[in-house]
Amino acid sequence: MSAIPKHIENPYVLYMDGVSVSFDGFKALNSLSLVIAPGEMRAIIGPNGAGKTTMMDVITGKTKPDSGTILFTDTHQQEYDLTRFDEADVANLGVGRKFQKPSVIESLTVFENLEMSLKGGRGLWAALVHKLTPERAAKLDEILDMIDLSDKRDWMAGSLSHGQKQWLEIGMLLGQEPDLLLIDEPAAGMTDEETMKTAELFKRLAQKHSLVVVEHDMDFIEALDCKVTVLHEGHVLAEGSLATVKANQQVIEVYLGR
Amino acid sequence: MTRNDNMGPLTRLLMNDAQGRKLLMVLVALAVIIPFCNLVFPQDSFFHISTYTMTLLGKYLCYALLAIAVDLIWGYCGILSLGHGAFFALGGYAMGMYLMRQIGDRGVYGNAELPDFMVFLNWQELPWYWFGFDQFWFAMLMVLLAPGILAFVFGFLAFRSRVTGVYLSIITQAMTYALLLAFFRNDMGFGGNNGLTDFKDILGYSLQSDNTRAALFIASVLAVIIGYLISRFIVTSKLGRVLVAIRDAESRARFLGYRVEYYKLFVFVVSSMLAGVAGALYVPQVGIINPGEFAPINSIEIIIWVAVGGRGSLYGAVIGAVLVNYAKTYFTGAFAELWLFMLGGLFVLTTLWLPKGVVGLWAQIKEKQQIRKAGSAAANASAQGDVS
Repeated sequence: MSAIPKHIENPYVLYMDGVSVSFDGFKALNSLSLVIAPGEMRAIIGPNGAGKTTMMDVITGKTKPDSGTILFTDTHQQEYDLTRFDEADVANLGVGRKFQKPSVIESLTVFENLEMSLKGGRGLWAALVHKLTPERAAKLDEILDMIDLSDKRDWMAGSLSHGQKQWLEIGMLLGQEPDLLLIDEPAAGMTDEETMKTAELFKRLAQKHSLVVVEHDMDFIEALDCKVTVLHEGHVLAEGSLATVKANQQVIEVYLGR
Repeated sequence: MTRNDNMGPLTRLLMNDAQGRKLLMVLVALAVIIPFCNLVFPQDSFFHISTYTMTLLGKYLCYALLAIAVDLIWGYCGILSLGHGAFFALGGYAMGMYLMRQIGDRGVYGNAELPDFMVFLNWQELPWYWFGFDQFWFAMLMVLLAPGILAFVFGFLAFRSRVTGVYLSIITQAMTYALLLAFFRNDMGFGGNNGLTDFKDILGYSLQSDNTRAALFIASVLAVIIGYLISRFIVTSKLGRVLVAIRDAESRARFLGYRVEYYKLFVFVVSSMLAGVAGALYVPQVGIINPGEFAPINSIEIIIWVAVGGRGSLYGAVIGAVLVNYAKTYFTGAFAELWLFMLGGLFVLTTLWLPKGVVGLWAQIKEKQQIRKAGSAAANASAQGDVS
């Protein structure tokens, strides 16, 4: 276990330093370092196999890194070493994750999906005797409104369109009230209009939360208008505004030029 | 609103459960009519129901409870246990041990302390794990605890290591097979090959009397009702929706912050206890418990009941258990050697054409009718539109 640095100059939500993971000799992450500031929105791009999904896996406790530091600070300025927790713990500390493929509970209604995501009540007993309080119901209505699914609250999640499932999953992230949202390819399978609406939604979210968005869609990233990190072969190739990154010769070679 | 969270518990359970209400009404009616017809009408009366029939129905009810237990974990949480017969058998053995102690000195060897098979094996004293089984309350406690503790230990290890899918199914088969082999051994102290039998009394009442049989039948009905309500309480709670989430998207449930292994463990233990109660009611009605109940094939049969009835609907599991076992009683009498082929065929048929079982078939037919009705209504409407 690497030592937690006592003093990091700037405040951060997520601090990754020298994180490496290998699977059967293949280095999925190769000394990856990344710092996300509170309230920051960050786009991550990179070719397939660059380590984007593995990066999310190590942050959320699904995969243990071979080496490196991953720290998380919550809103109470409490610092946690994420490598010591599993998925459920990390989620409850305040890190929400959206998968690449929309992953909602298809045989439950939109409302039930969201209700399950609402912060708190993760214990067995709490779940068994759970009753929806008016405050929580109001919170759910607010989320339904934000993701534009109010009129479909009693629909089975399985009968939603692809784009709506993506939004439902984003809504479920909001229900968790995380400090940090990790979002994997949210625009995949969305119409242009939906994509732009999603970008707007994220910008609004970034005022209260920190967001890490993995995406391939350059128009979408442009619309997000945030700092971009380019991953390649498990480490950071370039970082900066979209324009700077686009002009970077290396980035053009490995990713954009193709 | 489709859900009513703020009502009394029983209302909440049965509010949106028309089939469940019907099932419970049928069960209550059975509990009244069958014992009544058995006890009140003379044997030659048209309305008489034989003790044999009553006991047979009682046996089906035990299977129905077992099916509910399996549906709870398989239908709602996606845990395909192929070893639930083991929990049923353990509950049965706990009851059997009590019934053995009830025999007292009326056994063949007349030993007040030791059951016959122990005298036969030249044992001098009762093994420690037989202590307490002369007390009914203790035996009943063990009916719950023996399966519950096994399920807890097994589930804790399996779910914590994230063993899922086929691998879990295979180790549950291994578990019940290992128990089968263990209980076959004479020195285990559970009667070996022959198991426990020749029971005389339960709570001092003769097992041969019609009154006792009727009481056992009523107890079986009650057990199914209570088991149904407990399961229904679980699956309609938020916990039940978390179980469905685990079934459909386990990693989503984890990343939402739910401890999947605890949820699985909870429902697995509850289910094992329901199975244990089913076994405990089964034994006094059939009069024997032997290691054959641990046979892997038994556990697989339970899955077929649930699949035929309708996985993921508790009343469907009850219907499936009764239907398949009624067919079994009939066909093993009429064409004994064909039964296993029919059972296998039934499973294939269900898997291919009735993914939601018999219960789902009903819904499928209704849906088609509605579409047809809607279609003709639309046609009528447009015809009328033309006229005006």
